[in-house]
Amino acid sequence: MFELTDSDIDTDALRSEHAHDASGGFVSFEGWVRDHNEGRSVRGLHYEAYEALAVREGNAIINEALERFDVRTARCQHRIGPLAIGGIAVWVGAGSDHRDAAFRACRYIIDEVKARVPIWKKELYVDGDTEWIDCRESENSTSPK
Amino acid sequence: MITLHIEYFAALREQAGINSQSLSTDLTDATEIYALLVNQHGFTQTVDDLKLAVNDEFAPWSHALSDGDRLVFIPPVSGG
Repeated sequence: MFELTDSDIDTDALRSEHAHDASGGFVSFEGWVRDHNEGRSVRGLHYEAYEALAVREGNAIINEALERFDVRTARCQHRIGPLAIGGIAVWVGAGSDHRDAAFRACRYIIDEVKARVPIWKKELYVDGDTEWIDCRESENSTSPK
Repeated sequence: MITLHIEYFAALREQAGINSQSLSTDLTDATEIYALLVNQHGFTQTVDDLKLAVNDEFAPWSHALSDGDRLVFIPPVSGG
């Protein structure tokens, strides 16, 4: 399941939902708000989503992960609204009989969510400036600005 | 003449200064619609920067628009 939430992400509750007697491995990823980006001091983020399509596309990604990898459980929750430094912006979890599938599914989900789901991040800088971030300029990007 | 409902998000929402608008037009081509809205709102993004959604589904720019369609022009995403 893929969900958007405007409340703090409850990692313990999300993790406990992956409990399964047949699962021998569980992998989770948390995306945190850091205090810097591309040389600028960041004081917080604001996430905005096109909710109907974000939930649809996010669930398509979860279903792809369940089909492609031998996982029993796969889930992602993404924050919308304001977040302070250290806040959890996104949580991904996957559980499987053996660890490899869970690692691969978790990586697949976060990469696809970042590339495909209509969610936008606005950075709020310490100097008072703000900017909408374009993922094409991020860490995995090969295209020039 | 068809009426389209256009919703804006993120950078486009801020540039437009509105969340949504209705547009009555003879155009059925999303690229031409966007060009019209660039004139209206001064969007800095080009069609090459954007994806299109029609009625909450991704759609190719060649998608022929119909009366009552809801359009969203999707700037490059940056979740995660």
